[in-house]
Amino acid sequence: MSITYLEAIREAQARALADDSRVYIYGQDVADFGGAFKATKNLAKEFPGRVTDAPISEDAMMGSAVGAAMEGMRPIIEMQFADFSTVGFNQIVNNAATVHWRMRIPCPVVVRLPCGGVPGGGPFHSQSIEAIYAHYPGLVVMTPATVEDAYSMLIEAVAIDDPVVFCEHKFLYYHLKAERLPDEALPVGKARIARPGRDMTIVAYSAMVHEALDVAREFATEGTEIEVVDLRSIKPIDTDTVIASVARTGRLLCVGEAWPWGGVTAEVIARVSSEAFHLFDAPPQRLNSKDTPIPYHPDLWSAHRPTAQSIAAAARQLLRL
Amino acid sequence: MDRATDAVEAAADSARLRERFLEALEWMLLARVVDEKMGALYRAGKVTGGVYLGTGQEALSAAIGTSLRKGDVFAPLIRDGAGRFAFGESVLDAIRTCLGSSLGPMRGRDGNVHRGRPKEGLLPMLSHLGAMISVVNGVLMARRGRGVTDVVGAVSIGDGATSTGAFHEGLNQAAVENLPLVLVVANNRYAYSTPNERQFVCESLLDKAAGYGVWGRACDGVDLESCLEVLAGAVAAARNGEGPQLVVADLLRLCGHGEHDDAAYVSAALKASPAGRDCVKVAEETAVSNGWVEAGELDAMKAAKRGQVEEAVARTLGEPAPDPYKESWYALASKHLSETHDEV
Repeated sequence: MSITYLEAIREAQARALADDSRVYIYGQDVADFGGAFKATKNLAKEFPGRVTDAPISEDAMMGSAVGAAMEGMRPIIEMQFADFSTVGFNQIVNNAATVHWRMRIPCPVVVRLPCGGVPGGGPFHSQSIEAIYAHYPGLVVMTPATVEDAYSMLIEAVAIDDPVVFCEHKFLYYHLKAERLPDEALPVGKARIARPGRDMTIVAYSAMVHEALDVAREFATEGTEIEVVDLRSIKPIDTDTVIASVARTGRLLCVGEAWPWGGVTAEVIARVSSEAFHLFDAPPQRLNSKDTPIPYHPDLWSAHRPTAQSIAAAARQLLRL
Repeated sequence: MDRATDAVEAAADSARLRERFLEALEWMLLARVVDEKMGALYRAGKVTGGVYLGTGQEALSAAIGTSLRKGDVFAPLIRDGAGRFAFGESVLDAIRTCLGSSLGPMRGRDGNVHRGRPKEGLLPMLSHLGAMISVVNGVLMARRGRGVTDVVGAVSIGDGATSTGAFHEGLNQAAVENLPLVLVVANNRYAYSTPNERQFVCESLLDKAAGYGVWGRACDGVDLESCLEVLAGAVAAARNGEGPQLVVADLLRLCGHGEHDDAAYVSAALKASPAGRDCVKVAEETAVSNGWVEAGELDAMKAAKRGQVEEAVARTLGEPAPDPYKESWYALASKHLSETHDEV
């Protein structure tokens, strides 16, 4: 038997609903229809009254989740696409994220963002906007890259007493498979060495971890060992694991599918540079998507985002520095 | 029904009205006294940041607060001193938050009108207008999910907030969920300086109720009796399962948006119109002319409240300000996931 990344998300929600009567799911088309991507398939039937369709009102979905969380509930809000969460942005960053700080009560809301590009997604169904959420204090931002993390981190997200922005990558939904669901997991906030190496560190998260792993496998055939660090969560960000890796390799390339201005790759380089500049044998590099809206046509899209090919080119250049 | 029974019932109604009217009037006077003091402290340079008063809106606000009961939920806005006090907020909570005392409910982390005690059903507002409507919806949905009935949630907004997306989404969501929400719009004619005609073009904001499929009720925001009657009806209907109630009150703000604003933009004609009357004076005159209270008693009530407020201010001014070196700089409840720590 094998289980996909998407099925793991569904199973994590089923377990959260079964384990805790305070959990409920609210979002567009999530009830009988099972969600636009079927991440809540059959959950409305299995948990009557606890998986509910919302009007197309991202602001009100999030606002009501804040109110319910203040009452002791643990809502899971499904945004149909990460791109649409900007309509509920105010309630996420100004309301949910400030409740604990202002009122000393927990605000345990999980917002699920189906993010990242797929061929044909276009400008408004492809975005990776984790960095703008990470910018605000009061939010935890998770970016699982594996089936196991999609499952265990979502369960942990529901258990955390703070608002969690859960960025699940649509490109991984159907293609990424594991043999079984995990029994244990690394704690949230801890990065993972996805592949050990000694010649260079590539830091990635979400779908880019798999592009980086492809590059590492290719380079290994040529005798170059790339270490791939999967950040897992971008807030908190595990700088220690990255610095320890750079201490081994001396070279750092950060890869993100998000736009280049600011963001996770810039943050990683800023932190490693200021805390461990002496470890660098070459200037740290980063690779992001192009600074344009995300194109619709598959050929344009593949050239817009980092791929194994463009990461390999950046890695070769870094090795020459 | 015979005449004697009619007379007994009329007398009982009149006694109930008198009682409710005088209770609300007391909260109005308290709010006015607090506002006058806060204005004076602002002009004396004793307040950091803005001071926002509820002058002219006390009748509506008091009617909201007195129509609710313990166990209900209230998300007030910036001109709701009277309603907050009627709902149970202490004068000390108000003064401490306005003066930034570390002992206030917000501990200097948030100020002035951004205060509340969520565990007691009083939700602190954020500045983004209309945002609290869906938050109260969420509280009501959670209570319903737990099988708690007999609860009403009230939200205060102004005419300006009716132009926001949050208003639309929130009221529509309440209607779809058939929630016991009372959404009170204080139409004070200006959102900061922007007049109604630059805010909406429907004849009355009440016209919006039909669009959302909810009940709409109008009241005269200057007339306490009208406010009490309409709010009592709206709250009772919501409690009865009749769904969201949109209440629109006509009135005029008799102060600036904040004390930094001289409100020179308010038209003289509006000020001279019935909406421009001072609801506190109108209520006092009604109470006296109905023989419910003597003018001297009103003076004594106000003097007592001034004493109460002076005492709260003196106490607060002697309290410690928040200490940045002792502040806990964690934005998360889960400290182990926070990126900052206690060092300053």
